Amino acid sequence: MDAEIVEALRAGDEATFAMLVAQYGASMLRVAQMYVRTRAVAEEVVQDAWLGVLRGIGSFEGRSSLKTWIFRILTNTAKTRGERESRSVPFSALEGADDEPAVEPDRFQPEGRWAGHWAAPPTPWSDQPENRLLGAEARHVVEKAISELPPAQATVITMRDVEGFSAEEVCNVLALSESNQRVLLHRARSKVRRALEDYLGED
Amino acid sequence: MKLARDLTCIELVELVTEYLEGGLSAAERERFEEHLGFCDWCVTYLDQMRQTLATVGTLREDDLSPALQNTLLEAFRGWKAG
Repeated sequence: MDAEIVEALRAGDEATFAMLVAQYGASMLRVAQMYVRTRAVAEEVVQDAWLGVLRGIGSFEGRSSLKTWIFRILTNTAKTRGERESRSVPFSALEGADDEPAVEPDRFQPEGRWAGHWAAPPTPWSDQPENRLLGAEARHVVEKAISELPPAQATVITMRDVEGFSAEEVCNVLALSESNQRVLLHRARSKVRRALEDYLGED
Repeated sequence: MKLARDLTCIELVELVTEYLEGGLSAAERERFEEHLGFCDWCVTYLDQMRQTLATVGTLREDDLSPALQNTLLEAFRGWKAG
């Protein structure tokens, strides 16, 4: 299927280009915003990335999927632009210390027969007023929590859980090992859950 | 009754992503689910994580602004003419 799309793009078929833009454009814009400061710059990155796609399509060999290839061009373009903005991030490194627990350790029993079991357990969110989790405020809480994550964590959770990439696609685009991808995703998801818990716990 | 005491809650919360990703071995998964069988709090935690993912998913936007779409189409035409 990729082969047909690549062929049409090489032949200058505008409908194919428009289809790809519709399919990936919004995801590209969101991912680009992980690397640069403003939405305006992210839009420029998306434009430059598409030009890179068009310039490179003639020599695309299909060793990765077209999607992976497009997003690699995007992230490389965004990275270069971010470095110019002196916002470069050491990306492949696992950020932060290893001891970054999913839940604050003081919420568990420190000792005794029930050591390591909940001392301050989570309360079910199903008791929340209807749709509170899917409302604009909750979305805002999540967006803010993601924006405060270290860049690699923010990018991984954005690609996986907002834009619906598979783990394999994220590993290929960002050149991460499977285990690093999972650690970054785990830390990111844990912190976003915590932010929602804090939000829902306020009255 | 013998409880499955070998996995604690503090350990379980660190395995949640691997569990949801299908990355646990069969034995680890069994241990994980055994714990859920007697620990409602960890069931709640796992539910919260699933609800978190559902909320994160609502951030998705499907379309670029028409202005940006037009800019991209013009760039395409320029490349084609080019």
